[in-house]
Amino acid sequence: MKELKQIINECKELSFDLNFTRAKKWKEEKPGRVLVGYMPIYFPREIIHAAGGMPVGIFGGGDRKQIIKGDAYYQSYICHIPRSIMELALDKHMDHIDGFIFPSICDVIRNLSGIFKQHKLGKFVKYMDFPQNFLPQIGGVFYQQEMEHVLEYIKEINGVEVTTEKLNHSIELYNKNRQLISLIYDIRQEYPWRLSIEDVYHIVRAGTVIPVEEHNEILEQVCAHIKQNIGVPQDKIKVVISGAFCEQPAVGLIKAIEEAGCYVVDDDYMLGSRMILGDIDATTNKPLEAISNSYINQSQYSSSIYDVHNPKENRLAKIVKDRGANGVIFASASFCDPSLLDAPIFQNAFNKMGIRYIAFQYSENINQFKVIKEQVGAFSDSIKLWEDEPAAVSNINLTATDSCKH
Amino acid sequence: MSQEAQKEKSMILQKEMVEGLFNDLAQAKELGKKVCYTFIPGNLSELIRTFDMLPVYPEINALQSAMRKKSGGYIKEAEKNAHSEDVCTYVKCDVGMLMKGNIGPTGTKIPEPDVLLLSYTGCFTFMKWFETLKREYPNAKVIMVHTPYQENAKMTPQMVEYMVKQFKEEVIPQMEEVTGIKYDEAKLQRMLALSKEAEDWITKIFDTTKHKPSPIDAYFAGVYYIGPINIGFRGTEQAVEYYKELYNEIQERIRLGLGPITPEGEMKEEKYRLVVEGPPNWTSFREFWKIFYDMGAVIVASSYTKVGGVYDMGWRHDPSRPLESLAEYCMNCYTNLNIPQRIDLLSKCITEYQADGYVTNSIKSCNSFSAGQLGMMREIEDRLEVPVGFIESDLVDPRYFSYSNIKNRLESYFQMLAQRKMLEEQESQ
Ligand code: SF4
Ligand code: SF4
Repeated sequence: MKELKQIINECKELSFDLNFTRAKKWKEEKPGRVLVGYMPIYFPREIIHAAGGMPVGIFGGGDRKQIIKGDAYYQSYICHIPRSIMELALDKHMDHIDGFIFPSICDVIRNLSGIFKQHKLGKFVKYMDFPQNFLPQIGGVFYQQEMEHVLEYIKEINGVEVTTEKLNHSIELYNKNRQLISLIYDIRQEYPWRLSIEDVYHIVRAGTVIPVEEHNEILEQVCAHIKQNIGVPQDKIKVVISGAFCEQPAVGLIKAIEEAGCYVVDDDYMLGSRMILGDIDATTNKPLEAISNSYINQSQYSSSIYDVHNPKENRLAKIVKDRGANGVIFASASFCDPSLLDAPIFQNAFNKMGIRYIAFQYSENINQFKVIKEQVGAFSDSIKLWEDEPAAVSNINLTATDSCKH
Repeated sequence: MSQEAQKEKSMILQKEMVEGLFNDLAQAKELGKKVCYTFIPGNLSELIRTFDMLPVYPEINALQSAMRKKSGGYIKEAEKNAHSEDVCTYVKCDVGMLMKGNIGPTGTKIPEPDVLLLSYTGCFTFMKWFETLKREYPNAKVIMVHTPYQENAKMTPQMVEYMVKQFKEEVIPQMEEVTGIKYDEAKLQRMLALSKEAEDWITKIFDTTKHKPSPIDAYFAGVYYIGPINIGFRGTEQAVEYYKELYNEIQERIRLGLGPITPEGEMKEEKYRLVVEGPPNWTSFREFWKIFYDMGAVIVASSYTKVGGVYDMGWRHDPSRPLESLAEYCMNCYTNLNIPQRIDLLSKCITEYQADGYVTNSIKSCNSFSAGQLGMMREIEDRLEVPVGFIESDLVDPRYFSYSNIKNRLESYFQMLAQRKMLEEQESQ
């Protein structure tokens, strides 16, 4: 087994390899292999895998890519990620990627799919319209058709016909992947000092640009390491990060939050890798239906999913409770409509529930975190200071707020 | 009939329709009518009317608040309540108005919704907006219609089927439940026939800009023309009558060789013909328009007048396929077209209406329109070699309308157009 440090370093390299070298190498190893890029948030990667392809997460250039050309495409009041994705495309970082998927998350990503079409980037460009209707016979069928459409595109490239067996096998592999990531979060809930959130981030992100089989091995080793009693606990509060599901904050910012006195025990940084809660049925003879049912019934809350019948504020409050967190940090990418439009809903509810929070905005390429660090530090101090105070009144039945001092 | 009287007739008709609707809304309870909040792009007016409900359009309230100079205060109110500075100002204006008692444009309180009909097209913000409203109106029933995006530049049979299933299994049964009225397809079909008729007239009306001088302004005046069809009168005799009347008035203008009417009277000389992409600014609507007509610029087509439906490519409601046709309608609104489709549509307008230029008004808080506009602009410039202009403003946030910036930019743009015209004239001599 590799040393934890070595694994982390390798993941660090992989997750910010903006040339997607590992994916490229994988493709070259065998004819008929295809690479399919997908933009942030969720995408059912299983189907790409079953079609002999590799899904490649494209999460922007972070603070590693200077934006020059991309700025000519997006006005200053549009978030940063579409311009950094354009920069990657125009600078030919993604030339070996065969097709691109733009999951429906917001109007920016949606229109970015059009710009990709306009520039004829890749062999196909698919805007993946996730259903906002949650009846299996309506939205579920539509979702399956959307997946079939993606599969048609891949088949046009490599001629691969997906079978039930292949799909079930891929589902199993991704189930394993989700289980292991989940285990990391569960261990960290108790022992957050064993692995920093920055390391978790790199480990999970690496999984979006390498074959799932390899990622599962990495995760198994990480889990074996952190099951050991390693590291030294520090006096930090526990927090959940919410709102950073698309444009990713710079790693320096991810790190700064923990350095400022918070253990991040849950987050939505790489939400797509954790979107489905629990396993997808890998034993049916209708695997696409199984995937679609999992989306309908087992999705994590998200700003891209209409939620009226399962309000997101209660779902986030439950995470806070289950993780034993002391509060929430709302981190939104600047100008991120879905995140910013959700903020008042969360914050009004949390005011009533007595869950403490702070909110700030970032952009993927900022590397000055002083102010945010101060803010987070003050937040952590104030929580520590009020530790003995009873929780404020909560208007929903949440014993979780016992640990959320107000 | 004199020119003046004819001009007034369509305006009077429109005024009567709008006032009638707001009066009915003010008395919704007494009239025993259910109230349905919904949005303009992809609005299911005919279906709402089939169930005898009264529609409320939050975007219309917001834009009217802006025109009455109230939006600034409402937006601040929402921002005090955790709403970000950077999101769609329609939402904040609406939320702020709600917080201040929900007094509508006519000074009466807007009734609470019985139904929040989330038939949204081409914009994610709509979804978030109703999630917010649902928390304000917990008793309202939210009925969701998911309209697939025309990602591949087409409406596939599967997309239509998906929507029809939503209508049949979710929308109609829930509307029946709320209103206690049984779904009457024949009634819907009759309305759809009228919709088709109104759409024919609208297409003809916006097509009159082919004339030189153009008898209408298809952006600044166009927003008034699309009013009735956008705010729930599609499918009514009134709307057909209004559009017929309007068309006749415009024909008369053409016969007399007249240009568009502006707030300061007839536009004298048509110097430049433009196509505009993007919504207008509502807080300084008149000043904004004035910059154009003072320079002799007339807008011969705009994308904004197509948010409530794109009819110029020949699509019409079809009474023989009522629900399929509603589905196609929803998918066929401007912001539900993908970027290459938008480029093609605008290019067609520029060519067919012989525009001299293309201007983008980029709205700070509307990603649905704005994200991608720069790429569109570049493509149109390359494809048609037409001079492009770019300005920035906002829908209803007065803080983001800088008169002098916009004026300066447009003046330089008009200078460029003037030079180009001169060169063209020299070349042709
Ligand atoms: S950061 Fe937000 S607004 Fe920007 S593309 Fe992502 S989800 Fe959309
Ligand atoms: S973002 Fe644009 S399209 Fe969407 S509601 Fe706001 S103004 Fe309308």
